[in-house]
Amino acid sequence: MTETFTYEARDQILVIHLPKELDHHNCRNLRYETDLLFSENYIRKVVFDFSRTEFMDSSGIGVLLNRYKQMARSGGSVTLYGVREQIARVLAIGGVTRLIAHFDTKEAAIAG
Amino acid sequence: MQRFHMEMESLSENEEFARVVTAVFMSRLDPTLEEIEDVKTAVSEAVTNAEIHGYAGKQGIIEMDLEIEGQELTIQVKDCGRGIENVEKAMEPLFTTDRSGERSGMGFSFMEAFMDELEVKSEVGKGTLVIMKKRIGR
Repeated sequence: MTETFTYEARDQILVIHLPKELDHHNCRNLRYETDLLFSENYIRKVVFDFSRTEFMDSSGIGVLLNRYKQMARSGGSVTLYGVREQIARVLAIGGVTRLIAHFDTKEAAIAG
Repeated sequence: MQRFHMEMESLSENEEFARVVTAVFMSRLDPTLEEIEDVKTAVSEAVTNAEIHGYAGKQGIIEMDLEIEGQELTIQVKDCGRGIENVEKAMEPLFTTDRSGERSGMGFSFMEAFMDELEVKSEVGKGTLVIMKKRIGR
């Protein structure tokens, strides 16, 4: 079963709703899809929604860090929200916590 | 001692399958939710490596062997793919041969972080065997 990402682009902000399981299999299309959205919209901020995500491995870390680098190059930013305990551990071990600010709610992540 | 052996094709769909099978097998040890999640993450890393590095996206068989002895869970993930030239270097944090920028190079680091022991045996042209151990319920 392949779960897909859903995207919400509005006012230079791209919200990416992540699937339940964030592994290599589910991450395959993300690069292509976000590159397409970046080329069609002027995006200054990417917000990752983890509220449905129950599993993540280092494939998810790779995806987050690459979007972070893309945004950093163009002077934009990345935030995330809705992180569960296990995902928080994976983010910490992956070194993401230091780079990407996380928030409890979508509104806070968009404002932050 | 309890054992389980499985062979699967190197398809990305099987990453989730390998995780779920491992979670069900290890449930006999009455693990915590955190222990299950840790082991699932390590298995996901090993199987993903076999598929994208060992077989480099081509078809092949990945073998997974699970074993319980006392409170210790041993997981072996084996491929007959390209093998790793320099295992020590491959295990360095952030080392990756990937050029797309999408891979973090943290696969082995994650296996080390989430399991108690990690051993990697590899031979170029023959394949790679990853052995991981974790004591459940401390």
